Amino acid sequence: MTQKLAITLHVNGTEHEIRVEPRKTLSDALRGDCGLTGTNVGCEHGVCGACTVLLDGAPVRSCLMFAVQGQGRKLRTVEGLAASPQAGGALHALQQAFIDNHALQCGFCTSGFLMLAAGTLEQQPDIDDASLREVLSSNLCRCTGYQNILRAVRQVRDAGTGGAR
Amino acid sequence: MSTHGPSSLKHGERHNGDANPRRKFVGQSVTRLEDPPLVTGRGTYVGNLNFPHQLHMRVVRSTYAHAIIRSIDVSAALAYPGCRGVWTGADVADIPPITFRPTSIQGLEPYRQFILARDRVRYVGEPIAVVFADDPYVAEDIADLVTMDGEQLPVILSTDTAPGEFAPGLSTEALVLRKNFGDIEAALRDAFKVVEVDVQVGRHSGVPMENRGALARIDHSRDVLECYGQGKRPHAHRDAVAALIGRSPASMHFYEGHIGGGFGVRGEIYPEDVLVCLAAQRFDRPVKWIEDRRENLLACNHSREQRHVVRGAFDEQGRLLGIDAKLWHDQGAYVRTHGARVPDMAMGTLIGAYHVPSYRTVGYVRMTNKTPAATYRSPGRFESTFACERLMDAAAEQLGLSRIEIRRRNLIPKSAYPYTRAMEILDHAVELDSGDFAGLLDKTLVHIGWDKLQAEVAARRAKGELVGVGMGFFMEKGGLGPVDGAKVTVDTRGKVQVITGASSIGQGVETVMAQIAADALGVEYRDVKVIHGRTDVLEYGIGSHASRATVMTGGATRMAALNVRRKALEFASRHLVEAPVEMLDIVDGQVVRIDRPGEPGIAIGKVAAALAPSPTTVEFGNPGLTAEGWFETAGMTHPYGIHTALVTVDPETGETRVERFHVAYDIGCAINPMLVEGQIVGGVAQGLGGALFEEFVYDERGEPLSVTFADYLMPTANEMPPVEVLITEDAPSPNNALGMKGAGEAGITGVGAAIAAAIDDAIGIPNAVTRLPVTPQRLKAILKQHQQGAVASA
Repeated sequence: MTQKLAITLHVNGTEHEIRVEPRKTLSDALRGDCGLTGTNVGCEHGVCGACTVLLDGAPVRSCLMFAVQGQGRKLRTVEGLAASPQAGGALHALQQAFIDNHALQCGFCTSGFLMLAAGTLEQQPDIDDASLREVLSSNLCRCTGYQNILRAVRQVRDAGTGGAR
Repeated sequence: MSTHGPSSLKHGERHNGDANPRRKFVGQSVTRLEDPPLVTGRGTYVGNLNFPHQLHMRVVRSTYAHAIIRSIDVSAALAYPGCRGVWTGADVADIPPITFRPTSIQGLEPYRQFILARDRVRYVGEPIAVVFADDPYVAEDIADLVTMDGEQLPVILSTDTAPGEFAPGLSTEALVLRKNFGDIEAALRDAFKVVEVDVQVGRHSGVPMENRGALARIDHSRDVLECYGQGKRPHAHRDAVAALIGRSPASMHFYEGHIGGGFGVRGEIYPEDVLVCLAAQRFDRPVKWIEDRRENLLACNHSREQRHVVRGAFDEQGRLLGIDAKLWHDQGAYVRTHGARVPDMAMGTLIGAYHVPSYRTVGYVRMTNKTPAATYRSPGRFESTFACERLMDAAAEQLGLSRIEIRRRNLIPKSAYPYTRAMEILDHAVELDSGDFAGLLDKTLVHIGWDKLQAEVAARRAKGELVGVGMGFFMEKGGLGPVDGAKVTVDTRGKVQVITGASSIGQGVETVMAQIAADALGVEYRDVKVIHGRTDVLEYGIGSHASRATVMTGGATRMAALNVRRKALEFASRHLVEAPVEMLDIVDGQVVRIDRPGEPGIAIGKVAAALAPSPTTVEFGNPGLTAEGWFETAGMTHPYGIHTALVTVDPETGETRVERFHVAYDIGCAINPMLVEGQIVGGVAQGLGGALFEEFVYDERGEPLSVTFADYLMPTANEMPPVEVLITEDAPSPNNALGMKGAGEAGITGVGAAIAAAIDDAIGIPNAVTRLPVTPQRLKAILKQHQQGAVASA
């Protein structure tokens, strides 16, 4: 159980060569071994969605996957949404919309909602309001009452900038 | 949908003796200073922090609801590779039980919790041991090896059953609280009608998205024990934990970083927080503890479980002569840091918005074998508002008045403020500072479009739909004093730092303080950096709770900023500009002459540089462009509001669907309407959870059944109706210069009351809802019972 395996995770365009136990979750590996603590862990049983990341473009719960399952896949986390500080740090349209619409308070669920919304808008740029609400109801937020999160994501969808900075 | 109508927001009209009535940022919905790090994944939640060579702590929890501890076997755990230590109660026998806040209420001491159980366990989830390892996964492995042998004892799981034995010679009825004024016996005797309700709120809680955690280490360069992850009341809790583990307060500091939601439960002193600090001291290594969600649902404070039997004595016109109220408070297994604050507040606030000539209330505080209970957003008031409003709805029905009319006849009139009640809440005299409740009701009806709504409801009912409207009126309390301080400093680049004793739990305290400081000083709000939640940069602070930060810390921030402004102008007048101080102002960060508009000013950063220590600045007074400010207030503020819900009920499934929710709230002064609305909408979501979905359920042996998010159901985007918000500023508080009253709890207080009333209305059965949450099962049972009753009486 405690035998560590050498794996490579491809996250936000960077390769992370790490050694992990087979039982280590992807969320713990991202946070602890890759230093990407923007992905938060809220329930570890796949309900709250705080740990949502993109796996080959699709939103997944990183607490329900083992790190070793991430090998050979393209992972994206919240740290990959904005441009890097060296490149000016421009925010992704969703990040700016979350700020403009007061779509976050404590911020703990925010990374998960951003990744869920980013993956959804990339796959379905014209998603209708009802479907969007249905998709966003897969993650929990305890502060905002969701109204402003829905508004922010709709705004980005309407502007057609879901995949852009 | 939201409205901040210009008619309801009239900034700048009211000065209240304000020497500096500028309102450039106060009152504006500016975006938050908090957001950039949070949307880019740069949060400093305690789980994200690490120190080299840290230990990971894992708690072993009781699987018994009530048992005598015969033995705890730690041998297998100690033998496990990588185990760095295991503690049970015997290892921390020198640590006293966790203290509660100062209170005049006597007799609760024996019910406090030790950081690890000693001879008995009293709830499933109680910490019985802790293990330490270099790796968090290994710590979990080791924790699984600790076993307890217990002798089961009978469990008490409800306040409906007779009290039992907490410990030999000690009853589970820990306390009986009483408050009263006026002649209630005469009121009951003289009443035209006495109306009674027997209602109950279910056990639920704040459940923040971030689980609890703590990280402690000793910095030997300063001989300071640092603890990260502590929100809410850093200074008071630092003092308390220091006392428990035998350190001087000055040798220990708390840091909150980012906190993933507070809601009253996060940041209290829990056994785990003390254990982490103690372990850092004993191992002399950094120690980190992050709980999992199951632990959070088992061990973080529960709240709300309370039964109320309320009798209202009404005259022929439907006016209240008196209220006679009893409550039974399910405290859970131990009394935690709040002592008896929740039942005390419930009893003190139950009569809410109404003029009640006589009042008698008794509260039975009872211990049960469930997770300890304490405050959750709008503590005591969510419960008492539900009870009082159920009474008013029942009285309307029995006296043949509309539900609005009976309230109109009993609201405290505007002319009666300040309105005193001859009793205390939390050892404070009750003086309602200001209000115009009838005015808010009028505005609410217009804003909702009441007549149109009634017509729509009638039309839908005619088509067979179960649709209804309900309202909940509430009196909140905020701005709990008595004193708070802040320190404002301008650096040589003109950037402003505000050091506060507030705590940031997601509510936007940095932005709000920056807005207040920016206007008081005369700078751009984005140039203001607000420090909070740290005991090492300010001697005192009372944290964030009870909707107090904006009022108290805001008041102190404003005073400090005004002091800095005065200092800058006086120094500039004497040494930098040849002009009397009355002719100077600070505008957009520049000291300018009022009489010479357009003339270039002096940047306040330059003033700060000129104030660097020198013989001149020492002679001037004291160097540095910095000042403290203190704000004190004798009373609390009393914002108030009305919640209105439109619901439909599906009789087949028992599902209640909330179609529309309206919140009208008089806040006195909204510093940032967007953030106020955010607080309100978020509060509504939590209120709907408590009204319809969320409940900690136990089986008959005391085994908790709601230990995952699949069992404890919180509202998602799908369950949320559109929330309309009407913020008014018609009754500013006379207790502070800006008239602020607080916003944190406005969204939640009346939700249970409004939803219950709306369901009654939808199913056409008066006073059908007596218990929250109204789950589909409960609603189906109500409908079935009514049907059977109808058949029986036919």
